[in-house]
Amino acid sequence: MLGPYEYVIWLICTLLEASVLVCAIRKGAFRRYFLLNFYMATSVVASIARYKFLHDFGFNSREYIYFYYYSDALLTVLLYFALSSLYSHVFSELKADRYLRMGTIFLLSGTALFSYAVVQQSSAKLVTHFVVELSQNLYFVGLVLTYVLWAAILKMRETRTQLIQLVLSLGVYFSLFAANYAVQNLHRTSGSFLEALTPLFGCFLPLSWAYTFWHVPEEARTVPSRLAVVPR
Amino acid sequence: MMAGIILACSIVLLLQFFVSYCRSLIAVSSKQILSAEVKDVTGIQRLASGDDFKRVMQLLQLCPERPEDRNSVQAIGVYFSLLNFLRSTLARIVPSTLAWTELERGHCAYFAAVALERRISFSRDMLAQQMDS
Repeated sequence: MLGPYEYVIWLICTLLEASVLVCAIRKGAFRRYFLLNFYMATSVVASIARYKFLHDFGFNSREYIYFYYYSDALLTVLLYFALSSLYSHVFSELKADRYLRMGTIFLLSGTALFSYAVVQQSSAKLVTHFVVELSQNLYFVGLVLTYVLWAAILKMRETRTQLIQLVLSLGVYFSLFAANYAVQNLHRTSGSFLEALTPLFGCFLPLSWAYTFWHVPEEARTVPSRLAVVPR
Repeated sequence: MMAGIILACSIVLLLQFFVSYCRSLIAVSSKQILSAEVKDVTGIQRLASGDDFKRVMQLLQLCPERPEDRNSVQAIGVYFSLLNFLRSTLARIVPSTLAWTELERGHCAYFAAVALERRISFSRDMLAQQMDS
């Protein structure tokens, strides 16, 4: 059952997601980062629909649980495509869009196949467990891809501050969730401290993206090597 | 086993991204010049010192909060604690990191001063709006 804490965090998170769209539109970044904004818009719609399912069917209903996990998987796939759009921004001068699209689809298919292979051996509810497994695996794949992108930014001396901050906040978000899923798999206990923190993790991405769109002008530039932990 | 590896990788990458993200926030604010008023209030003239951070944060908490900078101020607060931890542990073993942590702590204090400047102007705007209405 959801308590007041979960409802408040849920509401704040939805409002923050909507604020990303408002900030992006006000600052003229909506079309430039279309897939990122599309992901945020879908998150807002999914939040409202989840609330409707919760209100109509109850927290423990099959309808709510199914909708929750399926919409979560859809959002994770969308976030994965949003990440690939950041690759397109970084590699825009190399005109590598076609290869990036092929690579994105190839990696997504590979992750889906791996997830299927994992759940096939141990699950009766194949499709549902597949969706959950796919989400968890995509978070880790997303984390690795964000790290590769960050390495490319450093190597190619990408200087657009807005783009750098979007990538770094996505990296923090993916690593928080990947670590969280790993802890949950290691210790399968409910009601833990981390479980209470999970909804808060979800607020990080919309907060940081809203901040970036609002405060960092498109023309702002940063020397990326100054940001690396290990000086280059 | 697999979950353990994923957890270890995630924590290492989380630290890496978090530090770089904080430094990108600091880099954006370091280009802003503080007004004479904020310089007087904070005592920061040109270069900030890590010891100023606590005082500037206390001043920051006296001002009405702006929702859009809450996340970044908290992130820098965590980064500052991380630097303090490094200063009291690793810097004792590797002295060269001491200068680096001091420099970074100073940047954190400057970031907090810039956030203070934004909050002061935000409060002034709110007051002006109230006076108008």
